[in-house]
Amino acid sequence: MSGLLHGALTMAEVTYLEALRQALFEEMERDENVFCIGEDIGAYGGAFKVTEGLQARFGDSRVIDTPISETGFVGAAAGAAHMGMRPVCEMQFIDFVSCAYSILTNYVATARYRAFLPCPMVVRGPSGGYVRGGPFHSQNPEAAFFHTPGLKIVYPATASDAKGLLKAAIRDDDCVLFFEHKYLYRRIKQEMPPGDHVVPIGKARLAREGTDLSIVTYAATVWKALEAAEQLEREDGLSVEVLDLRSLLPLDDEAIVATVRKTNRVLLVHEDTVTGGIAGEIAARINEMAFEWLDAPIRRVAAHDVPLPYAPQLEDFVLPQTADIVRAARWVARY
Amino acid sequence: MAVSSVPATDPAARAGLSRDQLLELYYWMRLTRSLEERLVNLYRQTKVVGGLFRSLGQEACAVGSAYALRREDVLSPLIRNLGSMLVKGAAPLEVLRQYMAKGDSPTRGRELNIHFGDVEDRNFVGQISHLGDMVPVMAGVTLSFKLRGQPRVGLVYVGDGATSTGAFHEGINLAAVQRCPLVVIVENNAYAYSTPTAKQCAAERLADKAAGYGIAGVRADGNDVLAVYQVTRDAVERARGGEGVTLIELMTYRRKGHAEHDNQSYVPAGEIDRWARENDPLDRYIRRLTGEAEVNQNELDAIDARVSSEIDKATDVAETSPPPEPRDCLLGVYADPPAMPVLWYREGIHTAVEQHERPASWGTHDG
Repeated sequence: MSGLLHGALTMAEVTYLEALRQALFEEMERDENVFCIGEDIGAYGGAFKVTEGLQARFGDSRVIDTPISETGFVGAAAGAAHMGMRPVCEMQFIDFVSCAYSILTNYVATARYRAFLPCPMVVRGPSGGYVRGGPFHSQNPEAAFFHTPGLKIVYPATASDAKGLLKAAIRDDDCVLFFEHKYLYRRIKQEMPPGDHVVPIGKARLAREGTDLSIVTYAATVWKALEAAEQLEREDGLSVEVLDLRSLLPLDDEAIVATVRKTNRVLLVHEDTVTGGIAGEIAARINEMAFEWLDAPIRRVAAHDVPLPYAPQLEDFVLPQTADIVRAARWVARY
Repeated sequence: MAVSSVPATDPAARAGLSRDQLLELYYWMRLTRSLEERLVNLYRQTKVVGGLFRSLGQEACAVGSAYALRREDVLSPLIRNLGSMLVKGAAPLEVLRQYMAKGDSPTRGRELNIHFGDVEDRNFVGQISHLGDMVPVMAGVTLSFKLRGQPRVGLVYVGDGATSTGAFHEGINLAAVQRCPLVVIVENNAYAYSTPTAKQCAAERLADKAAGYGIAGVRADGNDVLAVYQVTRDAVERARGGEGVTLIELMTYRRKGHAEHDNQSYVPAGEIDRWARENDPLDRYIRRLTGEAEVNQNELDAIDARVSSEIDKATDVAETSPPPEPRDCLLGVYADPPAMPVLWYREGIHTAVEQHERPASWGTHDG
């Protein structure tokens, strides 16, 4: 039954959200150790319906509704993972992963190193802004975990990568934080590659080739960068390369250095706040690994350092927009 | 003093244990106490690299409860559960190497004291220092037993202090809702570091928290090893029979400080002596063994001699164990990649420092 269903879905274009759902279905079919755990993910199918239909197919022992207890079910996922299972935790909104920050950074991230305890688990959830969600339904908390050895972090921008990276995350032998951009859930569509589509963690994707300037980014701002690149080509005749990192921990240093060596000018873009954001680390690495290849200072376009406000006029001012990327790219290109 | 005395088990019952088993319990309690005494000696010789944590006066809690488990059951100890780990199969040699930060210690020098585990064979999970966190973890360990239909049980220890944490609450509540085969033991030893239990929680009895989770709650005399064994065995049987979580509060007393450095200035005068004199778990058990169990002193002396000899031998071996290879620190953060890169300024260098740097560079340098 499910084979038929999947066959039909694979042929057509599917949304980012449906791609995630396919990945969960396929991995739960493939490996009985995979199970989902989180709030309202069972009969209701999750706040955004990423797990819709999973409980009907796999039962309530493999799609587990929990009390409101992010520390509780993340810790429980770790315990089950020690015993050979492969849990997938859903944060109803990724903003609530901060409730599990301690157990993720102190217990989960250190388990292999300090105690040789395997901890193959995924913590996934809807992330990001541009959705008028206000301070607690719009966050991008990747930088808070980026500093923790023992965790992996991915943040796909395309439907195809959403599916392939989620399958890779579930199969990874360590804990992967899987950020899903909720703005992209139903806005982008793509035909899925056939067969068992797995995207390796730690490899960036060249989203657009160019020769004059590189924009290095991830998640929703990949699409803003692509939009900016088109405008810059049209209006300025600039050839802009866009590198979609996809994986944040580990970062694909090779791909970053390659694009720097190619265009010699770099603009770093992310939706997360600027101070302590991942762009700072990337800039430091370029400085260490490819300083002599630079023809201009590295610049950042990111969110202002404020909690994310609700009103459209406020949220739009705080978050990076395509026009910001165009302005910043022109500065870097002219330098 | 919040700790009240609790009726002991029926002495005639012997908790259903054979004479050999009764002596085995004595062996584990003596081994726990003597091993810690050896560690104190090593600590004073500065051979223990970090802090030293004692369970003096609490050996019955650890030994009696762990003795109720099968080998396939999983136990999650706390810092005062050396005895539980020994019962579950941890070797004195492992503990000594661990405290002395040896390269062949169970964690290869990465973790301290009794923070180590083995989920392949002996089935105990290495704890972390964040109190309460092991409760959700053990909820998940036992959830896996339930999902796989395995007849296994989990046992997690917390102290009176950890019952105040959010992790404890979230973990025990989740386990209760899922009817996980989990036993939660609260070892109420009257102090969390320097804070007495009355300042930790306004409830008279921590076991009463069970009602709030809809699970069984029971309190027992933690210094009576047979009472501890019985109450744990009952909870383990309930868990294995699919009846869910039990919260056990064991009443005991921490006779040493939080760690060896702690001078216990906050303890009222005479309190420690009174517990040592009137309620030592080993003394009480010896009286019972030599009384109604009709064990003679020679048998106990023989066990003491065996314990001493085992600890001597383990100490000799541990002292000759090598320190870790410095570059081992880069291995095994992830399964893939297997090693983290060395930072550029350490390229080609194999030890961080030729000699201890602190005296010359940490504020005492007058040049």
